[in-house]
Parts: sequence; structure tokens; C-alpha cells
Amino acid sequence: MSKNLKLRRGFDIKLAGRAQKKVSEVEVPETYALKPTDFIGIKRPKLMVAEGDKVKAGTPLLYCKLMDRVKYCSPVSGEVIEIRRGPKRKLLEVVISADGKMEHETVEKVAISELKKMSRETLVDILLTNGVWPNIIQRPYGVVASPEESPKSIFISAFDNSPLAPDYDFLFNGEENYFQAGVEVLRKFTTGKIHVSIDGKAEVSKVFSHTKNVELHKFTGPHPSGNVGVQIHHLDPVNKDDLVWTVNPYGVIQMGKLFLEGQYDASAVIAVAGSEVKEPGYFKTYKGANIQSFIKNNLKQNNVRIISGNVLTGERIDNNGYLGFYHNLITVIPEGDKYDMFGWILPTVSTLSFQRAFGLFSFLNKKKEFVLDTNMKGEKRTFVQTGVFEKVTPMDILPTYLLKSILAEDYDEMEELGIYEVIEEDLALCEFVDVSKHNIQAILRNGLELIQNS
Amino acid sequence: MKALRSIIDKYKPLFERGGKYEKFKPIFETFETFLYVPAVTTPLKGTQIRDAIDLKRLMMTVIIAMLPALIFGMWNIGHQHFLTIGGDAGFWDQFFVGLKVILPIIIVTYAAGLGTEFVFAIIRGHGGLNEGFLVTGILIPLIVPPTIPLWQVALATIFAVAIGKEVFGGTGMNILNVALTARAFLYFAYPSQISGDVWTYLGDKTPIDGFSGATPLAVAYEASGSGNSVVETLANANSVLGEGFYALQNLFMGYIPGSIGETSAFWILIGGLILILTGVASWKVMISVFAGAYVMGLGFNAIGANEYMIMPAHYHLVLGGLAFGAVFMATDPVTAAQTETGKWIYGFMIGILTVLIRVVNPAYPEGIMLAILLMNVFAPLIDFYVVKANKNRRIKRATTI
Repeated sequence: MSKNLKLRRGFDIKLAGRAQKKVSEVEVPETYALKPTDFIGIKRPKLMVAEGDKVKAGTPLLYCKLMDRVKYCSPVSGEVIEIRRGPKRKLLEVVISADGKMEHETVEKVAISELKKMSRETLVDILLTNGVWPNIIQRPYGVVASPEESPKSIFISAFDNSPLAPDYDFLFNGEENYFQAGVEVLRKFTTGKIHVSIDGKAEVSKVFSHTKNVELHKFTGPHPSGNVGVQIHHLDPVNKDDLVWTVNPYGVIQMGKLFLEGQYDASAVIAVAGSEVKEPGYFKTYKGANIQSFIKNNLKQNNVRIISGNVLTGERIDNNGYLGFYHNLITVIPEGDKYDMFGWILPTVSTLSFQRAFGLFSFLNKKKEFVLDTNMKGEKRTFVQTGVFEKVTPMDILPTYLLKSILAEDYDEMEELGIYEVIEEDLALCEFVDVSKHNIQAILRNGLELIQNS
Repeated sequence: MKALRSIIDKYKPLFERGGKYEKFKPIFETFETFLYVPAVTTPLKGTQIRDAIDLKRLMMTVIIAMLPALIFGMWNIGHQHFLTIGGDAGFWDQFFVGLKVILPIIIVTYAAGLGTEFVFAIIRGHGGLNEGFLVTGILIPLIVPPTIPLWQVALATIFAVAIGKEVFGGTGMNILNVALTARAFLYFAYPSQISGDVWTYLGDKTPIDGFSGATPLAVAYEASGSGNSVVETLANANSVLGEGFYALQNLFMGYIPGSIGETSAFWILIGGLILILTGVASWKVMISVFAGAYVMGLGFNAIGANEYMIMPAHYHLVLGGLAFGAVFMATDPVTAAQTETGKWIYGFMIGILTVLIRVVNPAYPEGIMLAILLMNVFAPLIDFYVVKANKNRRIKRATTI
């Protein structure tokens, strides 16, 4: 049954610097990196290459000791030039210098109609060894899925309405065939349904609307209605002992390409956006690309924060850093490392607030696109305000109680309050609106790890 | 402005760890953050931007919402003063009498309260001042009689902040509303200064003949056995001060003696409107307190065992401190119910209990203080069941599919 769901709760953060819908050319980045830190829950990654090794696109670079069948592969062909480690020899980046030839590791090409005849085991093996598998995320916990398990259903959110998010129909234009092929692969993994949710407000999606063999749903409402976690909650919620998988459309298409084209294709269209970008737009590149090419001569000033991902869930990277594995957006906003005299009481129209307390006038101008910096805009306090988290969480979940149970490390309580249904991105807006300035996503991850490791 | 910043930066190291005045860091931090929002940025991973709101602004909004009641209260102290001594005075004369009374009370409350908070902050060795007290510091002066001795204000404030809040861990951790704890302390420790003829500030003057210091609530209660209707008794009471002195309109506008900021339902509701429009306080709690009181009033009308019981239910809404309690006390987010469903139940019960205490209990003419304190204690229980319902929905979902 297709559903058409309208969610009222949530909040659209409108930021200045939305990407123009035009793919621009830039100098091709010279280096690319695979960052084990992009994969939540990866423990003791084991390297399969050494500095100086030649690799092709799709050559395995490392695996996780806990799930050694899952291989993490090189996005481009070239040479491993650096293996960067942090404190305690923690593996941070495997840097590859591209040779510009783009040679691929290859697998046998398969037609869509053939996919149905292949066994689950064969499909799993090909996905695992060719670098596509890490696109499959399991709930609970939001970690890379285990190939040994079968989910009760699989969810794909075909739109992103987080701040400055790229338009998926633009990103994946013309790739509907690969998407369909990816869906056919996924169907082998579950006896349940494959749910694809599209934006109820947008025009008919060329890429996703005609997908066959899936349950197609429409979600309307402010962010986080585009979050797959919110969609799962309304379609087929994760109960205790349940397991579902989620895949980003990019991952589904990559699966399709792997079988139809016979190679691991890490090429991607990404958006570079944010108030400090001179010409926000889209670029064609590869996952893990060094971001210098995109921001060189393209920034308005230098005291900026460059974020791989969006402003709600992303991660700060250096101006010489690399695009994250799951990211299709680079956001650049001003750093907020300055004192603001009487900033806690002066009326303001230039900063954004979900709330309307004295002097916060942003609610008067719903269309305005804001330039927001990274200042905390206040000090950390205990939980005081109530009822606000619920207004930005369109799920039957009580965020404050859940967070308090995590802080108290009360396992039963966490479970009963629905910790299995959420990961960081689902409560990211709570972190934004929080008067008491808690790092809510970090608290939640801590809770998930407690449960996972218990 | 740069100069100010550089002065602060110059002295800051003295208060940091290892500095000469390390112990006094909370005090330094309080003043620094009063001047400047810190230059702290968001963590490297997670939400990279933050909402412009913080606790200071939230609390300031509450203080702004209390200003109408506070300013009216100042004027009303003078107004009652001159009415009662039989003198004539202009607006400013009345206002300044009030200012002279209330300013020392506010100063003493802040000094005692902030002093206590700083002591706790220094003992604990972390954190600046919690903004919660900025609100409490105005609330306490508004709920005491104008004749209150200042030392009692100080004692009650220290008691409330220390025992009512800090021992639980400070703002956000307390169970009882701090301002009401101070009021309750005064009520039980020094009953003679907070009941009887204390509601009008006389100074060294004597009242005119026939003046009675009884509050409308006391008058209403006394009428219950007399056979006269409460409405009439109120309308005729204290007529030396003016025709219909305790009539409905006067009660609503607050031109009557009473606690400093509690008398005028009108100006309190203006404050309530500010709180609702800014979304700072829960409209659900406010509405449900009034609804609870009204419904209980109607219930007593139906029983009708004495004159007080048959008093029109809407009188309860303008009498005593109900409006003030509903708007400023019951809505304290820390001590109220914290779930949205819970807020309805919590507010409604406060309304019911207030009227119940007023009408039935001879010892306490006013019920709102005890009703709120009692429901503060029960709020976690209400929330417990609302949260449990949430958990049960989750369990049910798992078993039915």
C-alpha cells in the first residue's frame, strides 16, 4: 500500500547560498581519500594496501575486523601516496593520487532480467568485494549492515530536505535504469517490502516515480520528513529485535551500475553550497575527492568552516580535506569564533531561531535565507525548556526523556523509549533548537553504542 | 567596545584554572557572559549551526512579561496607601510610594538569592550563575505583601534557593517552584507578617475609620455562613474606600490591596499574552489552570451547601493569586509536567485544588500556592504515566504486527 503522509512537525532551515542547478567544470582533484572514520562503528580497520601500491577504482583498501567480508574500496585508480594516522595510530585517511586513467576492477556484466536469477549469495559476494556494500545501513544503530542478516524491509528516501541539500532529481538525472537495477538487487535481500519515499511537494520525480517492484510513498512536510528514519517510523517502525536496512539512492544506483556496467563507479555529482561560496553549484567528481578544487577562488572570505555534508549532521573538514563517503554536499559557512556583545538580549532579524522569545524576529520573515555562523549562541545549561524537541521531531518519541535515559545509562528505559528508531540525523534539529545547548547527536550516539555493546 | 573586551581578556587568566582567583571563576564568568555571548563554536561533528535562543534570552522574556504586573503593582501600592490614609495624590506620587516600597524588596531578593547561588557555584567549582534566579528574583517580590520586613525576604529567599533548588543540583533539577517555596516558607515561619492587615502599605500613617484589611478572599469565606450572598458582601465590603471596592471590575483590574504583583488579573493576562505569543510558557498549562478553577467553581455551584459555594464560578478566576499563579508560577517549565499531555492534567488539577482549598479549608483563604506546590510534587508522577503510555504504544505496535 502506497501511503501519502503529511507531517506537520519539523523545521526548514533556510540558508543562503543554495546551489545553482548547473554542473560546472573545475580542475580535476588530484587526490582522493577513503576515511574509515566515515563509517560508524568500524572497529580496528585493517589495511590491505601500503603506501606506494598501485590501485584501480574498486580495489579493496581496507576492511573492518568485525565484518571482514565488507571491503572498502578505492574510488579512483592511481597510487596510494599516504596513510594518515592520528593519535594512538588511529587510521584516519588512505590517500590516493589519481593517475587520470580511471582503470576499474571489473566484474561480469549482467542484464536486469538476469539479476532475478542470481542467488542471494552471489549478489552479496559481488557487493561485498567491490566496495558497494557500505552503502547499506542497518537500523537500529545506523551502522554498515551485516551481510549475514536479512532485514524485514528496506527503505530508500528519494529526497533530502535538510539545509542546502542537493536536489536528488538533478543529481541522479538519467540514472533511473541503474536505480531500478539496484532495487532488483535489494529485493533479493528481504522477504519484506522495499519502500521508496518521494517528496510529496515536488513535481513528479523522473528518476524515482516510475520505479517498479517497490512501495512508493509520498512524504510532505518540513525537514526531517526527508530523513529515512522518520519515514521508517511512519511506514514500518523498528521495534525491539527488528532489523531494517536503509540505502541512499546514490548507493542503489551504484549497485545497479556495478551489475549493469560491471564496475565500481564512485563518480558522483556533488553540490557546493553555503553563504561563503561565491558561486554555489554542482560539480561532477568522485567520492572522497579533495575539496580544494571546488573552493579555490570560490570563497568570499577565509574565516570559514568547511563542512562535508549538511549543517545539521555534517563534519568539519580542512580546506585541504576530503569529501565523506556518504556525503554529496560541501557546505561553507562563516566561523562564529567571535564575542557578541549583549548578543543574548539584543533584538535580531539576521539570526535564525525556531523560537520566538523576546527579540528573535526571524519568524516574521519565513522566506528569508539566513547567513548563520558556527557560534554556539549561548552557554550549556541543564535541560529547562520543555515541549520544543517534540515540535521538531515528527515521530511518536519523547526526545528529552530518551536523552535523559541515555545520560543516566538506563538501558531498559532507552529501549522502551525507542532508541532503536533513531540515529543522529533524526534528532539533529533538536540539537539546533536546544536552549540548553546540549550536543544531542553525540549523546544519542553514546546511547546507541552503550546498547550495541551491552 | 574593543577596550572593554581587552580589559576582560587581560583579567580572564586570573580566574582560569591555576589563576590567583580561580575559585571565583563562576562570578567572573557570570559577568563576562552578561556582557558577551562567548566566542565558542560548535563541535566538529554534529549540528554546525545553533538557534539564536539561549537560556538568558528565555528568562529575560519571562521578566519582560512580568513588567506590566510589576509596574501596576508599584502604582497600586501607592494608590492603596493614599486611599487608606484618606489623602489625595497624583499618579507619580502614588507611583513613587510604591517604588520606595518595592525597590528595597527587589534588591534584597537579588542580593540574597544571587549571593546564595554564588556560594554554591564556588563550592561546586563549576558553572556560572544559572539564569533561573533572574526570574525568581522578580517573582518573589511580586508575591509578598508590601509590608513584609526585608530581613524576612532575605531569609525566605536564601531558604528557597538553598533548600528548594541548589540542594537538588540547581536550576533545572528542582522539584518545587523556587519562588513559591519562599512564599510557603514565609507563610509557615512568619504567619503574622503574611496574613491579616498586611496587604496595604501604610507607612507611619493611620488608616481612615471603617477600613478593614481583609482581602476579598477572606471576605468571601466569611460570607459563607452569614446568609448574605458573597457577591453582595464583596460589593459592600470596605465601602469607606470607594463604592463597590471589591466588585468584579475592581477585582479584575486589581485596584485592591494584596500581594504586590498579584492583584490585577488584567495586567497579568497581558504578561500571559506575551508569554504565549513568544512561546516561552505553555499556553496549555495556563488555560487548563483557569479551566480547572472554573469547572470546580461550577461544581460547587451545583452542590450549593453555603453562600461561598454558590458564588459565580468566574469570581474565582479574578480573586486572589489565581491569575498570577496560572500565568507565572504553574508554567515554570522545570517544576511543571514536562509532557504535553501531562501539562493539561497538571494545570487542570491546580485549578481544581485551588478552588477546593479556598472554599472548603478554613485555615487557608488562598489555595493557589499550596495547589501549585502540591502539583509540583505530583508532576513527575503525571509524566510517568504519560511516558508509560508512549512506551506502551511502542510495545503494542511490536506485538500486533
